[in-house]
Amino acid sequence: MENKILTFAFMDPPFENERTVTFFRILDAALDRSVNVRVFAYEGAAALAFSKQQQHGNSVHGRDLQQEQHPLTKDWIAALQKKAQERQLQFDWVNCGLCVDERGVMESIPGCGRGSPADLWRYASEAFNTLAIGTR
Amino acid sequence: MKVLQVVEQAYRTLVEEQDDTILWLTQSMKGAGADLSVLLAGHCAYYAVQKTRQPALKIGGWQQQEPADIVRDIDQLLGKGVDVYVVREDLEERGLGDLPVHAGIRVIEKNKIHELYEQVDQVWQW
Repeated sequence: MENKILTFAFMDPPFENERTVTFFRILDAALDRSVNVRVFAYEGAAALAFSKQQQHGNSVHGRDLQQEQHPLTKDWIAALQKKAQERQLQFDWVNCGLCVDERGVMESIPGCGRGSPADLWRYASEAFNTLAIGTR
Repeated sequence: MKVLQVVEQAYRTLVEEQDDTILWLTQSMKGAGADLSVLLAGHCAYYAVQKTRQPALKIGGWQQQEPADIVRDIDQLLGKGVDVYVVREDLEERGLGDLPVHAGIRVIEKNKIHELYEQVDQVWQW
């Protein structure tokens, strides 16, 4: 049986960096190709699923909170979780627990758990391949 | 499964994490049973010839107590059975070619890197 699991190890934080957007686009594309996805969020990436991220309006843009619909990575993760569920695919997400602690981002959205590098090794061992995307 | 960790972003996180975060990750996964080796490439070649601990940071009245110690971390990796390699040309390009390399680290020519890649199942480029 074909192994259609890909593991991703990602290090970048929610904003200020195009790698983060590209990373999410890759995850989205993987689901489009019926691939089960596993993510180990390391270092700054531990904040991607932080549930207390909040949208804001933007007076420079002339838009209020609803109009602006400011992008939040926790919402992108939730959208990918929903997409995976609709396609009957797995979308597993574990945050490096120590990375979560040092950033104070303990409250993750549902479906994103706390783990350790042992989880990355487990994810990678079960996957067809692994993509490590480090901070530059 | 065997994985080669290619580390080329030198000094990333050394001050605030008090270690190189990928060398730390490697040690941690090794403890969980992972079969890993490390290739120090690019600016990380400096790790192979480093002799001293990082200087402690001081900001205002805050004084760092435990700065990163790459020499110790590489010793620990080697002690746990993780093979560590460094690219000869990356040492030479940085004027480090004549310095003694950390005991246990194997120097590899750039045109032999593919042999390392062929020995593992996955290559993780950090």
